[in-house]
Amino acid sequence: MTDTLTSREDTHELLRFATAGSVDDGKSTLIGRLLFDSKSLFDDQWDAVEAVSAGRGDEYTDLALLTDGLRSEREQGITIDVAYRYFSTPERKFIIADTPGHIQYTRNMVTGASTADLALILVDARKGLVEQSRRHAFLCSLLRVPHMVLCVNKMDLVDYDEAVFKQIENEFKAFATKLEVPDLTVVPISALKGDNVVHRSENMPWFQGPSLLHHLEKVHIASDRNLVDVRFPVQHVIRPHSSDNHDYRGYAGQIASGVMKPGDEVMVLPSGFTSRIASIETADGTLDEAFPPLSVTVRLEDELDVSRGDMLCRPGNQPRVAQDIEAMVCWMDESRPLRLRGKYAIKHTTADARAVVKDVQYQLDVNTLHRDETANELKLNEIGRVTLRTTKPLLCDDYRRNRSTGGFIIIDESDNRTVGAGIIV
Amino acid sequence: MSDYRISHTAALEAEAIFIFREVAATCQRPVLLFSGGKDSIVMLHLAQKAFAPAPIPFPVMHVDTGQNFAEVIDYRDRRVAETGVQLIVASVQDAIDRGMVTEPPDGTRNRIQTPVLLEAAEKYQFDALFGGARRDEEKARAKERVFSFRDDFGQWDPKNQRPELWNLYNGRVHPGEQIRVFPLSNWTELDVWRYIGSESIPLPEVYFASEREVVDRGGMLYAVNEFIQVREGETVFKETVRYRTVGDANLTAGVRSEATTIEEIIAEVEVTRVTERGATRGDDKTSEAAMEDRKREGYF
Repeated sequence: MTDTLTSREDTHELLRFATAGSVDDGKSTLIGRLLFDSKSLFDDQWDAVEAVSAGRGDEYTDLALLTDGLRSEREQGITIDVAYRYFSTPERKFIIADTPGHIQYTRNMVTGASTADLALILVDARKGLVEQSRRHAFLCSLLRVPHMVLCVNKMDLVDYDEAVFKQIENEFKAFATKLEVPDLTVVPISALKGDNVVHRSENMPWFQGPSLLHHLEKVHIASDRNLVDVRFPVQHVIRPHSSDNHDYRGYAGQIASGVMKPGDEVMVLPSGFTSRIASIETADGTLDEAFPPLSVTVRLEDELDVSRGDMLCRPGNQPRVAQDIEAMVCWMDESRPLRLRGKYAIKHTTADARAVVKDVQYQLDVNTLHRDETANELKLNEIGRVTLRTTKPLLCDDYRRNRSTGGFIIIDESDNRTVGAGIIV
Repeated sequence: MSDYRISHTAALEAEAIFIFREVAATCQRPVLLFSGGKDSIVMLHLAQKAFAPAPIPFPVMHVDTGQNFAEVIDYRDRRVAETGVQLIVASVQDAIDRGMVTEPPDGTRNRIQTPVLLEAAEKYQFDALFGGARRDEEKARAKERVFSFRDDFGQWDPKNQRPELWNLYNGRVHPGEQIRVFPLSNWTELDVWRYIGSESIPLPEVYFASEREVVDRGGMLYAVNEFIQVREGETVFKETVRYRTVGDANLTAGVRSEATTIEEIIAEVEVTRVTERGATRGDDKTSEAAMEDRKREGYF
């Protein structure tokens, strides 16, 4: 690397994680504690929460007030949307996508999980696994969140009993084997008392694993990215139209996967023409190699007709070029269901297309994983397997291999709302 | 770099550049809201990097309350000249003179910026407006999308936001509607300062500590200037202060500080215990939902 990326003093890595659970599970308390103990909570934020809590006559300061940002949420005491929180430690910077846990917010959970490196699922040690825990685990596995942490919370209320923890751990692991969960860690905690959140707990000497924060700081995420399959969706063509840069033509975009180097032979899809990478540029200079998630500008040795929505790949490793798409779809619109033969707009990588629903194969019960094959529509928060026919080929991969080229959103063309999310299978 | 890792600052930069390019490629008439504050300065810098070596393919717009720090306006004009970008000024004073808005009795123009902004957006038919808001600033903002849809009246409906998955942003609008786009959504105050430091981005002088004549109002230190007149019973004293945020000169308070370089500011921000809005902004103190209410009306 020749540019300033390496010279920046700040080498914190970024970890995005999604938390799932309800207020009852102690999720807000846990997030409050992570923010508070990492000194990411400011005095005036704390004072404001304390004042509101005292004004309502709460017995203790309600940390949920920190994350519940909208008036209706505070009034109803519920979380209705994804909230993003930030904190950092000397090791890493963290972005928390804090999602509500109830079934009517499945779409928010899916949204939060779509960009997460890690999912944190909370259960109450007194209650053990409940329907909601299984649903969260399933959604995280569907969205291919690479790391999962099960926090068995409120251990203080079961006398820090190892047997209680072990039983929940075993039950969850048995369930997780039915899903695709590449990496699972289970931690017994008390968010209220702070056990195993930031520091190892002295109340649970039987637990040999790291504290939750230690795990978040150390979990290896660099290998989660796909560095094998070169996929560069062209986002924007840069043509300066100035005398200095008369013939300049660069393809701007963010590398979805793979490693690109100058001199590499590349193929442009859908045209199929090949060329070589002349240079990989940024405003700070040229790069010897580029990889996700860098935003760069690629110049080719040959003058080809390349535009937004096209994709650069290696000739020997190409995505599928498909108009018949099999996908798991999560429906997100309350006003209208996904309908058989319904027509929608699709956004996939940097490409736009239109699609018609050819078949609804089944609707999946996210609690029991039962398939209802009689379904012919998907309502709000329902997930099902559908077949789509697109107006033009999508340059795609299976989502399980590539989260960037395997996901798409569905848009209702009448009002431009995002009504669904699709995962190519 | 053999392990293909990048720092979080580089990741945030890559994300912001992606967002700028996505808007330029998919929206008809984007505009960057530029106030001369540090967040909009960082945005302008990122926009330059996103399209280099081509110029920024959209204009910048300043909703000018007429109550700015003079150094900030000087800085604005200098930066605009350097970048060669077109500057549109939407003047609140002009709107008051035309009778389109009425100045509140207390003289604060924060809230009457909104109709001026919306009028200018309609006049120039902007369908995408870049704003420098960050989710760490305020809890209503913590729930706002990167691409935030506004209806014909510029209103934000927090309960009816478009789901935002992966990096697939939906910027589609009908004529008259807009998307507000926030490329710095995932940045914190510290990220912004560190980025300014690592990129050596010049800032207006008000961001650095110097001795100023101030008055204490409710624990906040306001520098005496043409907009902050000393009231009866107030004592003027000298204090070394800097500004953590730069809004209207009559609403923005300074913080006690000795920091005269970016490095010193970063060191202070790293240990501060008060949010920047809590420490410096009179306009956010009105109520628990002050920001949410302004945003619903079409505020930045």
